[in-house]
Amino acid sequence: MPAIGTKDALTEFRENLRAAPKRILETAFRTGLPTTDRSRSTFVFGNVFLHLHSVRTHRWSLRWLTTAGLGIATLAAFLITLVTGVLLMFYYKPYPEVAYQSIKDIHFVVPTGRFIRNLHRWAANVMVVTVILHMARVFYTAAYRRPREYNWLIGIALLVVTLALSFTGYLLPWDQLAYWAITIGANIAQSPREVTDALGITEWFDPGGLQRLLLLGSDTVGEEALIRFYLLHVMLLPLVLAALLAVHFWRVRKDGGLARPDDADDILARERREETYPVFTEQPQKTYHLAAIVRGRTPAVGRGPENTVPSMPHLFYAEFGVLMLTVAVCLLLSLLWDAPLKELANPNVPENPAKAPWYFLGLQEMVSFSAFMGGIGVPTIVLIGLGLIPYLDREAEGTGRWFGGPGGWPLVRLSLLFGFAAALGVEAFAIRFGWLREWFPNIHQLAITVFNPGTVLTALYAAFSIWAMKRHNSTRAGALALFTCFLCGFTVLTVIGTYFRGPNWEFFWSPADWPGH
Amino acid sequence: MTTQVSPKRSRLDPEPMPRRDWLGLGALWAMAVSFLFATVGMMRLPKAAVLPSPSKKFRVALPETLAAGEPFVPPGRSVALFRDEEGVYAISTVCTHLGCIVKPAADGFECPCHGSRFAPDGEVRKGPAPKPLAWLKVSVSGSLVTIDEGTTVPQGTKVA
Ligand code: HEM
Ligand code: FES
Repeated sequence: MPAIGTKDALTEFRENLRAAPKRILETAFRTGLPTTDRSRSTFVFGNVFLHLHSVRTHRWSLRWLTTAGLGIATLAAFLITLVTGVLLMFYYKPYPEVAYQSIKDIHFVVPTGRFIRNLHRWAANVMVVTVILHMARVFYTAAYRRPREYNWLIGIALLVVTLALSFTGYLLPWDQLAYWAITIGANIAQSPREVTDALGITEWFDPGGLQRLLLLGSDTVGEEALIRFYLLHVMLLPLVLAALLAVHFWRVRKDGGLARPDDADDILARERREETYPVFTEQPQKTYHLAAIVRGRTPAVGRGPENTVPSMPHLFYAEFGVLMLTVAVCLLLSLLWDAPLKELANPNVPENPAKAPWYFLGLQEMVSFSAFMGGIGVPTIVLIGLGLIPYLDREAEGTGRWFGGPGGWPLVRLSLLFGFAAALGVEAFAIRFGWLREWFPNIHQLAITVFNPGTVLTALYAAFSIWAMKRHNSTRAGALALFTCFLCGFTVLTVIGTYFRGPNWEFFWSPADWPGH
Repeated sequence: MTTQVSPKRSRLDPEPMPRRDWLGLGALWAMAVSFLFATVGMMRLPKAAVLPSPSKKFRVALPETLAAGEPFVPPGRSVALFRDEEGVYAISTVCTHLGCIVKPAADGFECPCHGSRFAPDGEVRKGPAPKPLAWLKVSVSGSLVTIDEGTTVPQGTKVA
């Protein structure tokens, strides 16, 4: 018998049942609506995803000019490829010929299939563009410096994985374009043989052959290669990317938020006309005592939170805005242009010209002089050079400022000029007069491997940046020159490869001049 | 209970490593080594031991009217066959640059991918190809020619 004055179990059960939805919400979110500074903070650090952000964000980070939203745009594009990619997996079958048919089905039969495929393709392209722009933004604002060196390295890894994702995805439709791009790609992996053959040691030491074998799982591009690329594309690389992203974001936070100039507070004070934003509307609930026992520089210590605002809503709304904008751009592109699908792969007749996706055409242009140097040598040098930037330039001047540091914008302008002129000059020379093999048919292959337009351009750029470093007596000036030249070279080679190369990889002023088309 | 008094050591002598630290280090290294072996073991799997590639030999009949130096490309194969006074020979049409299929042309072969040109005997004339086109092993029995795409022979090897 229940004691008098207490509810019986049945009543209690009924009340609990009625209150359950509300309680589920309460236990999930713990806080009420984020209306006060306190609940805004708990909103952030009580959520496993949001707490990658700190609770408060410096105003400097929220300026449009600080990031242009490019990191978030890259993330947004990645999320779009994730969602649309999973949808495509419902129908895609990774087996030669069947793969082609399944893509055809997706394109022509599956409801919304074409649209989802377009979105996947376009988001992948947008991601490549934004990741390069994001890297350029970080570089030009000198945001890679202490304590952010390591995050720059993580960024380089992200760049490589992003490109690898695009490349592996390119094979999956098993059409002519895919087949020949992969054949070329796999043989680039094998191209260390260009050197080992020339030295006559391939029989004992064949890293090229091993790389190709691991990539293709066979000595021809066939079903084994397709399943490997599929595995990489839908499983391995996305997992690696996600893991790296987690580290990347965590680091942004742990490195003290985004890089900003020392006088950021003064600049903000000058810029802002209206009265200072009310910082804490009540006593802060989060204490910084922990910070005292954490090693390293913690930005919140001794700096004061004057110029920070709660991440919820300020930062999140900005991020959400960038996400929506990226989605809108991808939607628009997908509505306007369909993803391409050529004929079924034919191992006997190469596509002519056989072109890789646009962001690899700069590489293809270099490869058309030397497979090893263009496909492996120069890219490796470039990646190592990019990765070392924060370790070679350890100056402090200009951090957080566009084109900050000695030399500044005038040096960047000069580097643009030199970078474009050198790339165009070397290319024009090679196109007009040919290269060593045409002049000396019996020349040793190693001579071409070492001395070709790709390596000449690299050497010119290196020399120019050393000159800039001396001239301004600053490592940052050297870095500014080198990075700008790299962007110029990438642009020139990519544009030539995309628009000015036709059948047999010959130079044409316009596709209208291509023979037999 | 008495505790053992250790023999007197100079203050300058280094602390001997306590046994527990030593065991701990050993365990750590053992773990590192086993992880290394596990990784190497995992790498063994993707490196195929048996290649699932079809037989590289095939047999064709040359057209009766094939003129000296004129190429004959069997349908679906990447080999060009020739016959002249000295005999029959086969040149692979797989470009030595990056593996596109070259086309026989008036003065040799041309590659559509990066513009390599080869002489009629396969020597590189132009472009990025690092090596001459491969000559393949052929054997003749009556009117039939057997080509082994998997075996290369020295340039100039012709079979009567
Ligand atoms: C999948 C690719 C990538 C994603 C999704 C990504 C995302 C982000 C995001 C969201 C931020 C916060 C600030 C911002 O939006 O700019 C950031 C900062 C940063 N990223 Fe990336 N990133 C990627 C690749 C890269 C690359 C290629 C580099 C350079 C090589 C890089 C280096 C950095 C550095 C150093 C910061 C800190 C910048 C600062 O403190 O101002 N990231 N990244
Ligand atoms: S594959 Fe023949 S020239 Fe590149």
